[in-house]
Amino acid sequence: MLEIKNLHARIAEDHTEILHGVDLTVNAGEVHAIMGPNGSGKSTLSYVLAGKDDYEVTEGEVLFNGRNMLDMSPDERAAAGMFLAFQYPIEIPGVATMEFLKTAMNAQRKARGEPQLSIPDFMKRVKEAAGFLNVSMDMLKRPLNVGFSGGEKKRAEILQMSLLEPKLCVLDETDSGLDIDALRIVSDGVNKLRGPDRAMVVITHYQRLLDHIVPDVVHVLSKGRIVKTGDKDLALELEKNGYADYVDAAA
Amino acid sequence: MPAVQETIDRVKAIDVDQYKYGFVTDIDSERGAKGLSEETVRFLSAKKDEPEWMTEWRLDALRRFQQMEEPDWARVSYPKIDFDELYYWASPKSVEGPKSLDEVDPELLATYEKLGIPLREQEVLAGVEPKNRVAVDAVFDSVSVVTTFKEELKKAGVIFCSISEAVREYPDLVRKYLGSVVPVTDNYYATLNSAVFSDGSFVYVPEGVRCPMELSTYFRINEQNTGQFERTLIIAEKGAYVSYLEGCTAPQRDENQLHAAVVELVALDDAEIKYSTVQNWFPGDKDGKGGIYNFVTKRGDCRGKNSKISWTQVETGSAITWKYPSCILRGENSRGEFYSIAVANGYQQIDSGTKMIHLGKNSSSRIISKGISAGKSQNTYRGLVSAHRKASNARNFTQCDSLLIGQDCGAHTVPYIESKNASAQFEHEATTSKISDDQMFYCLQRGLTEEEAVALIVNGFVKDVIQQLPMEFAVEAQKLISISLEGSVG
Ligand SMILES: Nc1ncnc2c1ncn2[C@@H]1O[C@H](COP(=O)(O)OP(=O)(O)O)[C@@H](O)[C@H]1O
Ligand SMILES: [Mg+2]
Repeated sequence: MLEIKNLHARIAEDHTEILHGVDLTVNAGEVHAIMGPNGSGKSTLSYVLAGKDDYEVTEGEVLFNGRNMLDMSPDERAAAGMFLAFQYPIEIPGVATMEFLKTAMNAQRKARGEPQLSIPDFMKRVKEAAGFLNVSMDMLKRPLNVGFSGGEKKRAEILQMSLLEPKLCVLDETDSGLDIDALRIVSDGVNKLRGPDRAMVVITHYQRLLDHIVPDVVHVLSKGRIVKTGDKDLALELEKNGYADYVDAAA
Repeated sequence: MPAVQETIDRVKAIDVDQYKYGFVTDIDSERGAKGLSEETVRFLSAKKDEPEWMTEWRLDALRRFQQMEEPDWARVSYPKIDFDELYYWASPKSVEGPKSLDEVDPELLATYEKLGIPLREQEVLAGVEPKNRVAVDAVFDSVSVVTTFKEELKKAGVIFCSISEAVREYPDLVRKYLGSVVPVTDNYYATLNSAVFSDGSFVYVPEGVRCPMELSTYFRINEQNTGQFERTLIIAEKGAYVSYLEGCTAPQRDENQLHAAVVELVALDDAEIKYSTVQNWFPGDKDGKGGIYNFVTKRGDCRGKNSKISWTQVETGSAITWKYPSCILRGENSRGEFYSIAVANGYQQIDSGTKMIHLGKNSSSRIISKGISAGKSQNTYRGLVSAHRKASNARNFTQCDSLLIGQDCGAHTVPYIESKNASAQFEHEATTSKISDDQMFYCLQRGLTEEEAVALIVNGFVKDVIQQLPMEFAVEAQKLISISLEGSVG
């Protein structure tokens, strides 16, 4: 599904290199966790995959179902099935959440040459997904992310992910700012989307999310490189001993 | 309008290739009255079969105009207009004073069809619920071509016809009200209009009548080098209600065309007038050619107690817009409203806003202005709110928001507040925001194209004003705004 080979990326503005050669392969049906200390380049990796133009790729390649993803614009990547749940979701003033959902779903359908959703069909899908994520009608009427609490923002991200039905889900620190109940709701929402045709990359700083979303593979990212790969027990070990061993190893 | 090289340079590179109304209709037309002179005015007046008093009224305005200087206080710049190079009369030849649709040039009907105007009553009847029917007066260059639903409106007592017809058929009403809101010498362009106004609409709603349908006028400039000087007069008698909408388009021309309209509204006791505009004059092409100079005087007089006048405008076209729909709040408890969306892209220049003049006790007003600037455009909101000595408890709320798209455009807010009464309460709020890169990226990540993302964010920004438009036109207005902003990012 996703093949990242020797990926080097730098900040477009000042040419500081953040990713120094990342290799990662995620197959359909797998959930990979990427853990690492703050500042190690986790968000940068997610942005580069989504095509944010603050970053330049200087070396390496990214294949998404065999297609060179780096040649695609962000909206093309989205329509091809790449979804990023943002660490810090952006406020869109004046645009009701519901309106945003409809526009996004139809934009992707249009890009893929599929027919637009009928209003009843759309409403049915939204109601079902929103119900599961405990997102109220009232929240759907509010402008997207404007004045949302941390937990509401993260639920709104997962709601979008559920409705857009992406093939590749990248979740950046989806657990941050969540209390234990919200964490359960969000994790259930994510787990519901697990399936043989879908791949997930779950970025997190803490192990606790991985109690709920149990990964198949765990990677440690440090200073822009993957320095260790293991199974879910690696997360537990990191929880106990911290990142110090790997950070030093990378240095 | 003469294409002086300077003109072309000045109104440069307006990036609105998508102007879909930019076709010219190939019909036989008659054009006359070149240059601004007594002869022109007499010619025009004779063409329209006007009574003596009307001709004199025009000539008086012309004399006054010749004494006036062009104003230069607005934040717009353009070369001097040579009024002697303009034509003051153009008319589709075969349709002077048509009696019915059958007499109208089929080419002309085809044009209106292209513009999406439901001229044929059967079509309207077939397609739309009776409640939503819209009566249309279509003005083509200088002549009102056809007015629909006339008979039915007449039954309700409503007069809806071209101003030329009203001058002939309802002279007492016209004489009583014409120039009573916008005096002949009000300003340079209004005086010019008074001398040479070509056509426009006349609406009279008698006491206690609620006009049974939306009234609408479509203005189209087709001829070259022709000024359009439309004149509209709407009177709502005691307790009457009317909602009126005007739409405007013009073909793509290399030269600038002048549009200098005057609109007067009079609301008597307990009457309400809702006036909506969707203005989409040609803004000029991306090489800086053409575009309409839109210099308009619109004013409503809340003459009676508890009267209400509400202006809603969606301004997306024109190379230069100079326009301040205003309310004189004379009556006790009268209310004025101004809802505006002004979109400037390319090299468009907009200087627009409103004036709320509080004269009566307990009068109130509300101003919601949404300015969007993209490309290299300049968009200025200029608004005056004033309270007269006697206007105790006058209240105004102004919300003035600007949205910038890109780095090279400008948004300016120039509010004037004058209060001679200590009990007046005026509130003013203003914001300026930008569509941020982060917002764009977020939308793109969800699959929206750049244009879809801008349209979505802009529609969110203008929502409060769109809601004020009659339902039938809200969707059209939204689309128009998106089209106007195409090519503004990336
Ligand atoms: N757009 C940017 N401009 C400047 N510095 C950046 C930018 N993006 C990332 N960085 C820097 O790159 C490093 C990695 O950041 P990030 O990818 O956000 O790490 P993580 O998500 O692992 O905490 C940090 O030092 C951060 O300050
Ligand atoms: Mg991060």
